[in-house]
Amino acid sequence: MTEPFIRIRDLKRVFDVSRPWLNRVLEKLPKAYLKAVDGVSVDIRKGETFALVGESGSGKSTVARMAVGLLPVTSGTVTIDGVSMTDVKDSAARQALRKRIQMIFQDPYASLNPRWQVARIIAEPIHAFGLLKGEAVEARVGELLTLVGLHPDDGKKFPHEFSGGQRQRIAIARALASSAEFIVCDEPTSALDVSVQAQILNLMRDLQKEFGLTYLFISHNLAVVRHMADRIGVMYLGRLVEVSDSKALFRAPRHPYTRMLLDAVPDLGMTGRQRQMVAGEIPNPINPPSGCTFHPRCPLANERCKREAPAMIDGVACHAVEERRTAP
Amino acid sequence: MSEPVLSVRNLRVEFATRRGILRAIDDVSFDIARGEVLGVVGESGAGKSVTGSAIIGLIEPPGRIAGGEILLHGKRIDNLPPEEMRRIRGRKIAMIFQDPLTSLNPLYRVGEQLIETIRTHTDLSPRAARDRAIELLSEVGIPAPEKRIDGYPHEFSGGMRQRVVIALALSAEPDFIVADEPTTALDVSVQAQIIALIKRLCHERGTAVMLVTHDMGVIAETADRVAVMYAGRVAEIGPVRDVVKHPLHPYAKGLMGAIPTLEAEAERLTQIPGSMPRLTRIPPGCAFNPRCERVFDRCRVEKPEPIAPDAATSARENLMPGHLVACHLYAAKAGGTP
Repeated sequence: MTEPFIRIRDLKRVFDVSRPWLNRVLEKLPKAYLKAVDGVSVDIRKGETFALVGESGSGKSTVARMAVGLLPVTSGTVTIDGVSMTDVKDSAARQALRKRIQMIFQDPYASLNPRWQVARIIAEPIHAFGLLKGEAVEARVGELLTLVGLHPDDGKKFPHEFSGGQRQRIAIARALASSAEFIVCDEPTSALDVSVQAQILNLMRDLQKEFGLTYLFISHNLAVVRHMADRIGVMYLGRLVEVSDSKALFRAPRHPYTRMLLDAVPDLGMTGRQRQMVAGEIPNPINPPSGCTFHPRCPLANERCKREAPAMIDGVACHAVEERRTAP
Repeated sequence: MSEPVLSVRNLRVEFATRRGILRAIDDVSFDIARGEVLGVVGESGAGKSVTGSAIIGLIEPPGRIAGGEILLHGKRIDNLPPEEMRRIRGRKIAMIFQDPLTSLNPLYRVGEQLIETIRTHTDLSPRAARDRAIELLSEVGIPAPEKRIDGYPHEFSGGMRQRVVIALALSAEPDFIVADEPTTALDVSVQAQIIALIKRLCHERGTAVMLVTHDMGVIAETADRVAVMYAGRVAEIGPVRDVVKHPLHPYAKGLMGAIPTLEAEAERLTQIPGSMPRLTRIPPGCAFNPRCERVFDRCRVEKPEPIAPDAATSARENLMPGHLVACHLYAAKAGGTP
């Protein structure tokens, strides 16, 4: 098999959430750590959409931020097209790689500088990487605006003159400005209305086809993920619990958590359907349960699950699946 | 059918702004019966939340109810003096807001807030009110309520906080609850629990609920009837199954097609071109006409009223009675054919 475009190995990120030093001394408290991401390994092929799903606090955004180098890793490696994002020695090669990576954020109201004209916002990556000069920049900005369904004259306006969906288009244009190949999209449509969400998702798919983009797509909305992703990783409390082809995941989810998530989605087609409800909520990550972190909510948990964290075997990290205790 | 718990008749809400009068709600009418959940969907700016605020009498100036009436058990409540409305609010009508953290006071224990609310509306003794509060907490599914009652809101998770808010809303046994995006701030697995809870309570107690949300999936699961709003008007209203499976209004159709679902293997989502107009620039005629594929001359001049679709359409789509659509395509002598 050829080397994957993006290779993430055993990625970990620990946040120090201890109380201040004086409090610790006076109240005799230990240091407290939060394992936001705990050993995530993923391969992403060129031109595919890999989605990370999970509830709040599962560590999806932390993985994404580490993948693009916005957040230093605690341990583990991220390699993009053969260049390490985590190894200090590769800094020259990494600099060249930077322009091929871009990010689209959730809130298009916060991710665009309100004091800048749209043309300047979109041209920023072009200037930052010194890609074009003079009038060529303006022409390129116009081209990008047209590409995302806006008018070249819109470049003279300011972000507040646009609606949420249009702003997200501007953010996409900015991401494409440096001819990025790998785009990390962190909840790109969660702040948008459904009809606008449909426009943005369609646009993202069109652009992917046209430029062969690779997406790392973060969302909590399973229906959106199903629509966008080729492969899906399901996260729970900082760990990947299931990685699977998108179609297979929705047809036959294997991990009990994935099943629960799919079951919990209110869906249009199922008016009046009765469903299995899973009790409980995602536990506090500072003090996660022992063994498999899902065991307190899992209908299939047994003694082994409480003791031993399951390893990822053939795309699923679950003792019950491994021991064939699940009903198909 | 018995008398509806709540009737809204030709409601109009206006905001006076520097740029002129902005009509946020324009001629909206609906009824909600005992034990019924009416879902109200629409995109941002459609007027869903303003409708809810108008019903509980919490429209802040410069907004005002400019026309129409709101009836609770047949009695008008929209023109009551603030003092009287305050008594109705909480006791007869309660509200559940989107963000449970902002609807609870962080400085008071959950129990104190519940007991205060219970004692405001009933003449129970402090002891009895506390017992009642514990009972309510256990009813909304909070484990170990006799312990949790002395906790502060920050000690509860998001889903548990929303349960506390629901307990607060139920404390005076209201006849009618406005739930404004009650699950939007929650994770899916918790959302499912809260939806089931609202539905169960509503059926057990016969409380009427107006459920405001932008999530069509939540509506499909919870509501008995649904109203689709667009630019301050009701575009379509009817039994939930009819509206979800056989939407008639071109906007409702587009909206359903735009939602990615777990089953459908759609290559592209239906796209409604453009976006909702600003309320200061609502086009004449049907507000949806600039985005509508089926627009014809009449749509540009005449506002459509909600009507029962013509007999042929009703028969073809096998529609239940009570399905109304505000679209000229379905008028008996339409200029176009649906």
